[in-house]
Amino acid sequence: MTPSLVDLGAILPELLIVGAACLLLVLDPITPSSKKDLLAWMSLGALALCFMVTIGDLNHRVLAFSDLVIIDPYAAFWKLLLYVISGMTILFSMTYLKEERIELAEYYGFILLSLAGMMIMVSGADLLTIYLGIELMSISLYIMAGFKRFEAKSIESSAKYFILGSFSSGILLYGISLLYGISGSTKLTDIAQAVTSRGFDDPMVLFATMFLIVGFGFKVSAVPFHMWTPDVYQGAPTSVTAFMAVASKAASFAAFLRVLLEGFGGVKPSWQGLILVLCIATIALGNIVAIVQTNVKRMLAYSSIAHAGYALIGIVVAGSVANGDPIASGGVSSLMLYLAIYSFMTLGAFAIVGILRRGGLEGEELDDFTGLSKRHKGAAFLMMIFMVALAGIPPTAGFMGKFYLFMAAVNAGMAWLAIIALIFAAISAFYYLRVVMVMYMREPSAAQENETRLAFTPTTSVVLACAIAGVIILGVFPGPLVSVTTSAVMSFP
Amino acid sequence: MTDMAIPSGGFPWLTLLIVLPIVGVGAILLAKEGAARQVALGFSSLVFVASLPLWVFFDNATAGMQFVERHHWINSPPINYALGIDGISMPLVLLTTFLTPLCILVSWTAIETRVKEFMISLLVMETATIGVFCSLDFVLFYVFWETMLIPMYLLIGIWGGPNRVYAAIKFFLYTLAGSVLLLVAILVLFFQGGNTFDILALSQAEYAPSLQALLFWALFAAFAVKVPMFPFHTWLPDAHVEAPTAGSIILASVLLKMGTYGFLRFSLPMLPDATELFTPAMMTLSVIAIIYGAYMALAQSDLKKLIAYSSVSHMGFVTLGIFAFNAQGIEGAIMQMVNHGITTGALFMCVGIIYERTHSRQIDDNAGLAMPMPKYATFFVIFALSSVGLPGMNSFVGEFLVLIGTFVWSKLAATLASLGIILAAAYILYMLQRVIYGTPSEKMVTKLVDLNVREFGMMVPLVILIFWIGLYPKPLLDVMHASVDRLVQRQAQVMTVDQVGPIPQDLTLISPQRSVLSTPVVSMNR
Repeated sequence: MTPSLVDLGAILPELLIVGAACLLLVLDPITPSSKKDLLAWMSLGALALCFMVTIGDLNHRVLAFSDLVIIDPYAAFWKLLLYVISGMTILFSMTYLKEERIELAEYYGFILLSLAGMMIMVSGADLLTIYLGIELMSISLYIMAGFKRFEAKSIESSAKYFILGSFSSGILLYGISLLYGISGSTKLTDIAQAVTSRGFDDPMVLFATMFLIVGFGFKVSAVPFHMWTPDVYQGAPTSVTAFMAVASKAASFAAFLRVLLEGFGGVKPSWQGLILVLCIATIALGNIVAIVQTNVKRMLAYSSIAHAGYALIGIVVAGSVANGDPIASGGVSSLMLYLAIYSFMTLGAFAIVGILRRGGLEGEELDDFTGLSKRHKGAAFLMMIFMVALAGIPPTAGFMGKFYLFMAAVNAGMAWLAIIALIFAAISAFYYLRVVMVMYMREPSAAQENETRLAFTPTTSVVLACAIAGVIILGVFPGPLVSVTTSAVMSFP
Repeated sequence: MTDMAIPSGGFPWLTLLIVLPIVGVGAILLAKEGAARQVALGFSSLVFVASLPLWVFFDNATAGMQFVERHHWINSPPINYALGIDGISMPLVLLTTFLTPLCILVSWTAIETRVKEFMISLLVMETATIGVFCSLDFVLFYVFWETMLIPMYLLIGIWGGPNRVYAAIKFFLYTLAGSVLLLVAILVLFFQGGNTFDILALSQAEYAPSLQALLFWALFAAFAVKVPMFPFHTWLPDAHVEAPTAGSIILASVLLKMGTYGFLRFSLPMLPDATELFTPAMMTLSVIAIIYGAYMALAQSDLKKLIAYSSVSHMGFVTLGIFAFNAQGIEGAIMQMVNHGITTGALFMCVGIIYERTHSRQIDDNAGLAMPMPKYATFFVIFALSSVGLPGMNSFVGEFLVLIGTFVWSKLAATLASLGIILAAAYILYMLQRVIYGTPSEKMVTKLVDLNVREFGMMVPLVILIFWIGLYPKPLLDVMHASVDRLVQRQAQVMTVDQVGPIPQDLTLISPQRSVLSTPVVSMNR
């Protein structure tokens, strides 16, 4: 079958991004190293173009390539979010790469390739399409994690991510093959029919569900499949860590939710209980282990695990049978809102960690933050806002994200789940506030006192401004984003 | 519902009060480092002036909300930016706006580092507390309620005493953990009370008694930590002792009131059956707090700790009055909230002033102040006696009303609570005897300089308020009557309805008394 123009038009953003990525890889060798920034601006331009195209998808639904790809408001929402995240990552990297002396411009190409993978994931209507997207995203990320190739930690991070990542992909693929066995197809709609007719006590269905959950659980770093997260996050260059923690998590959640709801919507009890266990374990372990971390990047890694746990509440609610309609219960839309908000908070926090690096400080140990408020008021204040937001204290967006999630949980008759999550959110305040305490309530050492040159470059300032604007504006006026998410989930069948 | 929302007649006074301090924050950011104090004082005084119309234009005749503003904030779920005040919240708003300029004055020379940040934290606190007392939407209330944690955490943690980091995180985690269940309760109320966060609508809705019981404890967790009720009070002495003077004043005078205000605004009107059911438990905890707090105060050698424990005792009177659930008790409780704000704030101010001179809060280091500091000693004695509840001064009115209200509910509880007043006399007089009339320690005596003009000026308005409320409380009581009567009548109605069905014997004994009491028997200064 030859793809028609309609099909190609549907995946225009993906084509643009892949094209831009290839162009970047070609242009890289012929660009003098003093002008590598040009490549970054080019990728930003590609993102802006895609943004325009995808905005148009926010209100229609198209199936392309004989139902392999779906373009619907749900996918469009995630793509828009991913563009913003990628754009902020690229802007931030322009400064960070120079500081770290990483002069490989394939960097931007890989960001775009990995973004293309994520975009394919979120608009996959077929398990194989989704799998292809996951692989494209993951392989690019494996390479990017090792970009500080002269540092053992970075190499270790890359290798660990690669080995565990391939393993989980294998499990995912096994699940897909089982599903092919029972339905004779990899399309989500066909799988849904086969699964519904077999019922959830069929062992084949159970195994397939379990394998899929393990595979995706790894990608979103849900406990107990989270082991890779702290090491990989710590070792990878900070800009890459931020990208992984935010973009790949958002894309994986998007695909995860679509597979569960569209493919397994008929057998909710088979997976809701499993997700519930994962959810509670993830929230508990992420928050408790984060308390003992002294490395800020590791702490943020565990915090990202914990936040994945909160987001899983959205899936649990969407899978609650009592509430019938997954859309009305608000599980899906609150998850989308939460991940969007989480992106801004986490990107902001990682950007501050990266900026400290610029001061000649390592910026990764908690001690490096000592007395930051005396040395650089602005950076300390921003970090405080991000920490407070991650802890979920109003009037920041972190609160609004949790509010909608917990509201969905209470609506689904799971007030107890909201209570558990909230108790751990209160515990999390301890380690987030420790950063604030170190910055504001400890005196900097004599050596640190001289390190006032944490100058923001224009590009990092833009990143921080976007992040703080997201955290504050979404906290005070979440209304518009809420209506976007609620209308986006209407496209679910 | 019809009589409940009276529009403000146009001008958004309450929004002005909430926004002005934030504008002040902006001005401080732009101001030079040296001018932060003046700017902050200017804005907080402006807020106080802007809050006076609330008193002047307040309509005592109605129980409805006044100065109401209502705008859509978020459409789904329906969350409104809804503000309004009634006779319960109005005095607390004024208390907040009145005390904030004093807090800035008291920190004038005491705070030398990071003055800008300090003043910003104070003003953000002011916005958040006014917001808490004015909110008519439960989510808006919660947002303000939690927002207040951060500036308070910074106030204690940055400008506090040696053990400040521990005290700050303890304060933060205690109150945050308390609010956890509050948020869930808000969400449950939303779904059970007709898909609304409107506080007035939620107060009108009916909830099943078993659900009420659960919700009652959820709200209790949040409010009891703030008050703080025994046994959730352990954060208070730490926070008070370590906080800078202004922080202690805000904490004691305004922040603790948020807990008792929560009981009055939410627990009582929304959960009348559960309140009735758990009244004995609440009364017991209150009496324990009164006596335990007083006993602990007797044993303290640190002035701030002494006042902190006296706070526990005095706030016990407030909860006692609230859960007596009759007109006298509740009016007494609100009076006591205001009085405790004034008196304890004044006492902390005095401790701050002496601490600036001697850098010690120990009673032994600050003994015998009457000779070197006669003006200071005069004020200190006035405030201390007000704290004891001497007739003619403010606290007497509140405590007396609370005791009358309690007496109706249980003679035993009232008797035990009166013990608290006797103990208060004991610890305060014992403290006065040493601090004012003791022999000054040799090394300190040179540092004991009497009040300067600024300090004198801070004391005078407090003294005026103490005697005004003490001698002529009628204007303040008039403000509360309508709102409190409605609260009590609603409870009486609920109880009358209950009597139709099979109910335990002891409830029938209480209810007739309740309905009698909603028409005031004791007319004090009315």
